[in-house]
Amino acid sequence: MIRFLAARPVLLVVGVVVAFGLPWWIYPPVALDIAAWALFAVALDLLLGYTGLLSFGHAAFWGASAYATGVIATETGMPFYVAVLGGAVVAAVIAVPIAFLSIRRTGIYFAMVTLAFAQLVYFVANQWRSLTGGENGLQGIPREAFGMDLADSFYFYYAAIPLILLGLFAAWRVVHSPFGRVMVAIRENPARARALGYPVDWYKVQVFVISAFLAGIAGGVYAIGHGFASLQEVYWTTSGKAVVMNILGGMGTLWGPVLGAGIIVVLEDYLATAGIDAVGVVTGAIFVVTVLVFRKGIWGTARHLLRSRTRTSRPTNEPTPSPTSEGDDARSVAAER
Amino acid sequence: MTELLQQLVNGLVSGSFYALLALGLSVIFGMLGVVNFAHGAFYMLGAVGAFVLLDTVGLSWWLALLVVPIVLGILGMAFERLLVARLVSLDPLYNFLLTFGIALILQDVVRLRYGVASQPYSRPALLDGSVDLGLFDYPKYQVFVFAFSVVVSVLVWLALTRTRVGVIVRASTERPELTRALGIDVRRWVTPVFGFGIALAGLAGVLAAPMRAVNANMGADIIIVIFAVVVIGGLGSVFGSVTAGYLVGMITAVGNLYVPAFSQSLVFVLMALVLLVRPAGLFGREEGVRT
Repeated sequence: MIRFLAARPVLLVVGVVVAFGLPWWIYPPVALDIAAWALFAVALDLLLGYTGLLSFGHAAFWGASAYATGVIATETGMPFYVAVLGGAVVAAVIAVPIAFLSIRRTGIYFAMVTLAFAQLVYFVANQWRSLTGGENGLQGIPREAFGMDLADSFYFYYAAIPLILLGLFAAWRVVHSPFGRVMVAIRENPARARALGYPVDWYKVQVFVISAFLAGIAGGVYAIGHGFASLQEVYWTTSGKAVVMNILGGMGTLWGPVLGAGIIVVLEDYLATAGIDAVGVVTGAIFVVTVLVFRKGIWGTARHLLRSRTRTSRPTNEPTPSPTSEGDDARSVAAER
Repeated sequence: MTELLQQLVNGLVSGSFYALLALGLSVIFGMLGVVNFAHGAFYMLGAVGAFVLLDTVGLSWWLALLVVPIVLGILGMAFERLLVARLVSLDPLYNFLLTFGIALILQDVVRLRYGVASQPYSRPALLDGSVDLGLFDYPKYQVFVFAFSVVVSVLVWLALTRTRVGVIVRASTERPELTRALGIDVRRWVTPVFGFGIALAGLAGVLAAPMRAVNANMGADIIIVIFAVVVIGGLGSVFGSVTAGYLVGMITAVGNLYVPAFSQSLVFVLMALVLLVRPAGLFGREEGVRT
């Protein structure tokens, strides 16, 4: 117990040190990718791990913000911080109608419906060539902030990391607030949460929009960092990548998705530099193996082992990570078997 | 007017693929409570399988139409036994993620082996040429695809409603406990039904080979349209899935005529409308929905 409590500040210090030291150890553009994907994965975790709603369409918000950020930065020449925030606002605005429609279903349907809406965003991005550049993408997005020289990715990383850390902090605040407790209550037992007087659907919409906003910050930083935004950003494989980061790292924890993002980005970079052109096979295999034998993910498993060692008597109040605990839809059917 | 009718017929033809795929997805969901993300990948394997068999051993399209679904059905049964069955007792989302991973692997393996360029596959000689539909001539092959999909859908519906096996399958879908209590081994039917659903996807793939571009990615986008189709029709409802399949095909085709830029988006707009008005789907049962 004591050891575990002491672990928290230690972890935080380690996390901040890693965040600021990363571009010294690995190629700066890869470090920036890790940071952006980490925030994206954590944003998704608010829905998937904490509220029990598997969104398979978060590429819509990451990608919408990537395009919006790119357009704002290119057209207005404002500091990239403003462009990224603008992009995130666009993502949040798009999320509102999608959230209201998607929460009408739960469980497996929620995943299918969000996936379908993300595909709608993809088609719109593909058609709206004057804005998005269609299949060519949006190229030559400037990196501009108060006249700083950000051409070197090493310096841009340090200019961008405060945004990412702010986003992660916001996610942490949401989870460790009364609002976050309600999210977990909804995941664990929506009927009971409703009986206690919480407007469950309204909470879900709020989490969805917050999650989309944070995913938007991540997508905006990614777009500025790469200097372009392409259709890949709104495609469903991007949503799948954020999901696999959560599953691998451990959903329902905040460190897990960050760890998952680090592993997946480094792995993809390794595969690309080693000339192994089989990202789909590797990602697919990670999905299959994790889901079959490792459902808590790396962080969840490590925490579980640590806890069972450090405190044997205290009953665990950390719920087992389950993508959804909503009892309706397909689940009740499956449970009958 | 002729143009509109022609688009509607086009819609019925492309809807035939949606209907067959949605039918397989629905049957599997009904029996196992599993949404098979790899359904599009098996559709792709059906088309690629037909191409490979023609290319290597010169197997004709007609034989491929028989052989490929059987082989894929067996493959599907092995897939169910070895992987899907392990997760059936858990939250259905785990199987959704498992089949997503399998879809990525299958797609990538085919891409690595055959590239992303489309493989040519010519129409069977017997179905070459066109027929006179009164107002316009129409390719014979497309007419065959539509007729074939209708026949298959009707046969599946008859099998489910009129045969003993169908009754068992429907009973296991709706009241698994009670069915078991009546002394019927529900478990025994799960694997064959899964294999059957996969075989239907393979069948759709073989049908698509002479009409569509045969490549590793052909199943990647269609699966998301199929998800929208089953949300519209009501997942688990065989009749709803098939009807929604044809409906979506026709709406997309008519959209092609009036709003060509957004025809592909219409299916998702329709899905949004259905979610607003009838969240359980047009033909879905209400039990799964909260109010």
